[in-house]
Amino acid sequence: MSAAQKNRIAGKGRLNAAKPLRFSFDGKVMQGLEGDTLASALIANDIHLVGRSFKYHRPRGILAAGVEEPNALVQVKRDGARTEPNVRATVAEIYDGFAADSQNRWPSLEYDIGAVNDLASPFIPAGFYYKTFMWPAKAWAKLYEPNIRRAAGLGKAPIEADPDAYANRFAHCDVLVIGAGAAGLAAALAAAEAGASVMICDEQAGVGGALKFETSAMIDGQGGHDWAVATAAKLAAMDNVRLLTRTTAFAYQAQNMVCLVERITEHLATFNADTPRERVWQVRAKRVIIAAGAIERHMVFAENDRPGIMLASAARTFLNHYGVAVGRNVGVFTANDSAYHAAIDLKKAGVNVAAIVDWRDAPAGPAIEDARALGIEVIPGAGVISTGGRLRVSSMLVQAKAGGVSRLIPVDALLMSAGWTPSVHMYSQSRGRVVWDKETGRFLPGAYPQDAISVGACNGAISLSETIDQALAAGERFANEAGRMAKRTALKGGSAESFEGGVSGALLGADQGETVKAFVDFQNDVTAKDIKLAVREGMQSIEHVKRFTTNGMASDQGKTSNIHGLAIAAKALDREVPQVGLTTFRMPYTPVTFGALVGHARGKLFDPARHTPIHAAHVALGADFEDVGLWKRAWYYPRAGEDMHAAVNREVKTVREVGGMFDASTLGKIEVVGPDAAEFLDRMYTNPFKKLEPGRLRYGIMCREDGFIYDDGVVARIAEDRFHVTTTTGGAPRVMTMMEDYLQTEWPHLKVYLTSISEQWAVIALQGPKAREVLAQLVEGVDISAGALPHMSYREGRILGVPMRLFKMSFTGEAGFEINVPSDHGLAVWEALYARLTALGGCAYGTEAMHVLRAEKGYIIVGQDTDGTVTPDDAGLGWAVGKKKADFVGIRGMKRADLMRPGRKQLVGLLTKDPKVVLEEGAQIVETPNQPVPMTMIGHVTSSYWSENCGRSIAMALIAGGNDKMGKTIFVPMPDGVIEAEIVKPVFVDAEGGRVHG
Amino acid sequence: MRKYSVFALAREAMRAHTGWDRQWASPEPKADYDVIIVGGGGHGLATAYYLASQHGITNVAVLEKGWIGGGNTGRNTTIVRSNYLYDESAGLYDHSVKLWETLSQDINYNVMYSPRGVMMLAHNVHDVQVAKRHIHANRLNGVDNRWLTPEEAKDICPPLNISKTARYPVMGAAFQQRGGTARHDAVAWGYARAASDRGVHIIQNCAVTGVRRSGNGHVTGVETTRGFIGAKKVGVVAAGHTSVIMEMAGVRMPLESFPLQALVSEPVKPCFPCVVMSNTVHAYISQSDKGELVIGAGTDQYTSYSQTGGLHIINHTLDAICEMFPMFTRMKMLRSWGGIVDVTPDRSPILAKTPVPGLYVNCGWGTGGFKATPGSGHVFAHTIANDNPHPINAGFTLERFRSGRLIDEAAAAAVAH
Amino acid sequence: MLLIHCPYCGEERPEVEFRQSGEAHIARPQNMADITDEEFEAFFFLRDNPKGVTFERWRHVHGCARFFNAARDTVTDKILMTYKAGLPKPDITLPEKTLALTVDPGVSGRSLLPGDAK
Repeated sequence: MSAAQKNRIAGKGRLNAAKPLRFSFDGKVMQGLEGDTLASALIANDIHLVGRSFKYHRPRGILAAGVEEPNALVQVKRDGARTEPNVRATVAEIYDGFAADSQNRWPSLEYDIGAVNDLASPFIPAGFYYKTFMWPAKAWAKLYEPNIRRAAGLGKAPIEADPDAYANRFAHCDVLVIGAGAAGLAAALAAAEAGASVMICDEQAGVGGALKFETSAMIDGQGGHDWAVATAAKLAAMDNVRLLTRTTAFAYQAQNMVCLVERITEHLATFNADTPRERVWQVRAKRVIIAAGAIERHMVFAENDRPGIMLASAARTFLNHYGVAVGRNVGVFTANDSAYHAAIDLKKAGVNVAAIVDWRDAPAGPAIEDARALGIEVIPGAGVISTGGRLRVSSMLVQAKAGGVSRLIPVDALLMSAGWTPSVHMYSQSRGRVVWDKETGRFLPGAYPQDAISVGACNGAISLSETIDQALAAGERFANEAGRMAKRTALKGGSAESFEGGVSGALLGADQGETVKAFVDFQNDVTAKDIKLAVREGMQSIEHVKRFTTNGMASDQGKTSNIHGLAIAAKALDREVPQVGLTTFRMPYTPVTFGALVGHARGKLFDPARHTPIHAAHVALGADFEDVGLWKRAWYYPRAGEDMHAAVNREVKTVREVGGMFDASTLGKIEVVGPDAAEFLDRMYTNPFKKLEPGRLRYGIMCREDGFIYDDGVVARIAEDRFHVTTTTGGAPRVMTMMEDYLQTEWPHLKVYLTSISEQWAVIALQGPKAREVLAQLVEGVDISAGALPHMSYREGRILGVPMRLFKMSFTGEAGFEINVPSDHGLAVWEALYARLTALGGCAYGTEAMHVLRAEKGYIIVGQDTDGTVTPDDAGLGWAVGKKKADFVGIRGMKRADLMRPGRKQLVGLLTKDPKVVLEEGAQIVETPNQPVPMTMIGHVTSSYWSENCGRSIAMALIAGGNDKMGKTIFVPMPDGVIEAEIVKPVFVDAEGGRVHG
Repeated sequence: MRKYSVFALAREAMRAHTGWDRQWASPEPKADYDVIIVGGGGHGLATAYYLASQHGITNVAVLEKGWIGGGNTGRNTTIVRSNYLYDESAGLYDHSVKLWETLSQDINYNVMYSPRGVMMLAHNVHDVQVAKRHIHANRLNGVDNRWLTPEEAKDICPPLNISKTARYPVMGAAFQQRGGTARHDAVAWGYARAASDRGVHIIQNCAVTGVRRSGNGHVTGVETTRGFIGAKKVGVVAAGHTSVIMEMAGVRMPLESFPLQALVSEPVKPCFPCVVMSNTVHAYISQSDKGELVIGAGTDQYTSYSQTGGLHIINHTLDAICEMFPMFTRMKMLRSWGGIVDVTPDRSPILAKTPVPGLYVNCGWGTGGFKATPGSGHVFAHTIANDNPHPINAGFTLERFRSGRLIDEAAAAAVAH
Repeated sequence: MLLIHCPYCGEERPEVEFRQSGEAHIARPQNMADITDEEFEAFFFLRDNPKGVTFERWRHVHGCARFFNAARDTVTDKILMTYKAGLPKPDITLPEKTLALTVDPGVSGRSLLPGDAK
């Protein structure tokens, strides 16, 4: 044994002395053993001072040996990016090279300037910040708040991106067992041997739970911990069992979905980069057995927070499991028998026990007798009223409950036990309502809203035999309910120890006096006095008390403090505990890493990117892409030396002068088939469809029932009973959903089938004077001459030998085609067309050029020129509303008073007085420029571009009463001046519309 | 009411803080009141305070079924901003921001209004168009909001990932400096204290079980778990439970109630200086004065009164946060919770008279009501006192759904293409 | 995450496969063009939003894609039953202790009556 590990006791504990490793704390390198937590290794090296408290910056040590630890929080630093704040030293397993720093102190843990807050504590009780920092008004944000923020917080957030991976799995089982102590293992064994599929998890590195310290436990003829290890091995070897350690059940959701987080690499010195650091398991269990144990409470007395003052069970765990003595001269302050066993174990290991101070007036029983027999002084009917020491406890001051002379007893560690709080967290999360057991002063599980049961200490069991009986019964019953009854499990277990009894609340005037600090919530520095102050100020619900004092809201989530807080508040209010408030818990049980919850959904997997079948061609052409929904769309194709502006200018000009091609594959496409297909579309769209002839196209507008434009697109009638409907890119899923909704639930008698074919067809828009010439070289079986294929027609044929659905249509105002080919052939067809088009001087154009070209013609983009508050009339599309139709979606909504109101915002064109000035999209429009703020806005610019074809800027706008204001001048006040523009019809190129027929 | 100040604190420090008064009284309910406010959240308490302080109506009771501030007031992510598009919304929310600016002094309670700035990210061309439309409208309405380039956004918020290779690269942001956060509990308690001081009765653990009306249809009071309490006027400010209360008066509402979850991380030293929101990546985040990252996003998909939602919603929210701030994956979720948000069809609130004489309703704040607490209480008090809306809330009627004159902030952000 | 029994697939599947689609049993008026403003408001905007049993529409969007109805307790979020679109609103009174119960009333086929399927 290393000399440095001065508190390691030879022959005690279960760690292997032959496996030493190095770790550092605040830069000081020390030695520990494989299997140590940071806490056990620090105590082995006689270090108790580990952190500073949140508010008063008081020196703090290690309170617990598990997840309930409020004080010993450290910053773990694996490397620059792999750093984690607020890690509980009692949970962090060390590895060779492990490094951690203390937090919330400056310049050092020993000398922390922030400790001045402790001196100022009379001025800063609970909620003090609500009462001051109000003058002068601006000073809160400028002065007070920044300083408070700097003082608050604990560790430091990482500043580099996390290189580690995280994972996520789903699982199903007959029985999920939460906790692998005696209760959990026995329950899992019973269920598994009956034949059930079982998952069992435990938050700790090893199984056993309380058996790690409960040395007198015997199960099945073995020592308790030996039995636990053997049983775990047996379970792990069974095909129907999955045993997960270092795995915390943190969320109990609806219908028995329990979420676990498994820590996979954090305890390892080295690991593969692709091994997930943590994994979340979402387990859907037929039945859940909660075997979460109990958590020991501390005693609430003055100065109960010095380093070296800890839970009795923690000291016992450090000794019996880690082989570490927490001191050489320890005192004990208890209200139950269980702390006696800590004293007895320590005494037997050679540690002096200065005295056991017992709150009970006449403690009796085997534990007390054993302690006395070992020569330990027992002081009954008394309490610790204060302690001494600065960075570590050095003495305890003991006084009889009745008062009188106090006695100072030197100690170097002080163990406390106020009793055991059943861990009802998961039960409560399952939406169960806990029940207050007045006799024992505990909250216990009540009725079960889900198929679950609690066993062992979390269910109020106070002895091992009771625990084993409950666990076996539950395991067997749940297995049977899942239809498994292969074998019954018999086990006998027992222990001389009892976990009953205790006290809650502040003892011996710990809530009195001006300077007394008896901590209830260590991390948040909440004292008994603070809770009484909250009550005095009118906080009567425990929720108000919690929020006012922040009791139970620290990173330990009140595991040791909640019951004390309730008891103190109840006493101050002179009410029963349940009248002050029931304890309810929400997930997570312990803090859960964001990354684990994110799992794989990072970077590229955050959201899938959709690429069209022609994507590779755009990449090869050097396109810049824009995000549209999930799609990556080619935005423009810059050539050498071109910026976006130059590229778009070239593209739009080339389309009108020669021809261009555009990847329109992202458009939504729905095939509507059946004898009632025309009737169906007639109802879904504002336009009439029944008279549309096969082989013809129609532009359609879809509204919701409220009468506002929802989507638009071109519909082809392929045959009497078959339509090819196109939607906007972003609207594809919602249009399909809306159509299905009406078809399935409003008009189920219509004989129609809907099929999404968005992914089946690649779409190439070929537009411009040369479009026909290019296309003619490649198509077969279809006459595309102007006479045979008029604007807004549909034909089927073949192109390059593959099937083609050909739309003779235009979204540019030029003569054009939209060529649909099966997706797999999209790229080949694109490339063939591209070769021929570019040979004639044409080019590919992207979404930006498409936007400019359509704006030059005044064609709208739903979602840009409309925004969910625009009717077809507003958009100048009243012609597309079937006036003779008896019904269609939106027919009634658009007749509401406000939608018929004159002077609504209507879509118009704008030409700036200075043709060089391009308005900003989203800019607001006023009638008179020299108004005071707030101005009366009459509309806004929806689309605005430099039009190289027009040689000037063009814009579209929604303007109140715009249709009646043609020729009028409006004003666009910008930060650097007012822009004048004239309202015009929104058509800037080929007003007669002859070019589409070319 | 004893004034809160640093001097009062110092004085009390000398006597172990034994001299503080109860922040608000808890009297037994009287037989009747001039006005009953149903719902002791921030909006209800603010309404009571302004009834007393602005309109001299002090014979007022606030009835709360649980503990005050225990609903959405205590369950939100405390964001304050007013950069709304439409004139009506900008008017209402900016009225509120102006009240926030002096609220701590007005009610002598530090509500910790922190104008640290609200940044709303734009990730695509459509987001940019929408953001600029808001910025220009805000400017002409006198509401601060300005455009930031990605680099400017990162200067203000260093953790922001502005990499061009991100799944949804940041193309810029709208930034309202006067936006920020406030301390949610303090708002409820501060208004309660100030209202109580002016004679308002704050009655907790008193659930309304019925609305009583006279022969002519006028409200005469409410049935409660503590018996009938008469009132000349009743204002319903019950958030997620509005439909339930209004149904007692025979009024069917254009509302649905959804669970909205939020979460905080463990506390860390200051690392996040402002509020960041993203509609496209879909989450919002700030850091509390205590050091916790405060995070929220959208609602669960089904209506519920359970204040509980699914973990998958939290997962998606954190996906978004870690996409924008990749250094936060090693942070840990400390607490999560849920509220019940009442959502209207146009996502704007209703602050109005109802078809029932003497009955008024303030509801429909959806996921964004906290920011409006002072303004909402202020104009709702006016509406009740005068039986007529304040010009600022005149548009937020129940009738707008019939006429079609909606205030559709959500539609204005419609997804493009 | 809820488990939802799809009455068409006959399987209980996780909530993420489904989309909730609003209150059930609000049929679109047959004479849509002629209804009053009040009737339109009631049809399109007003909702029961009950605390207790609600009747709501779901779509098994990542499954069979069918719309169906569910009765659910909005206090516990428990789905009391799911049933096919077109079937009448079931008469449900909440028992003292509600159990997670999903039953398929066993009627198959689409309703052929217009309007009553919502």
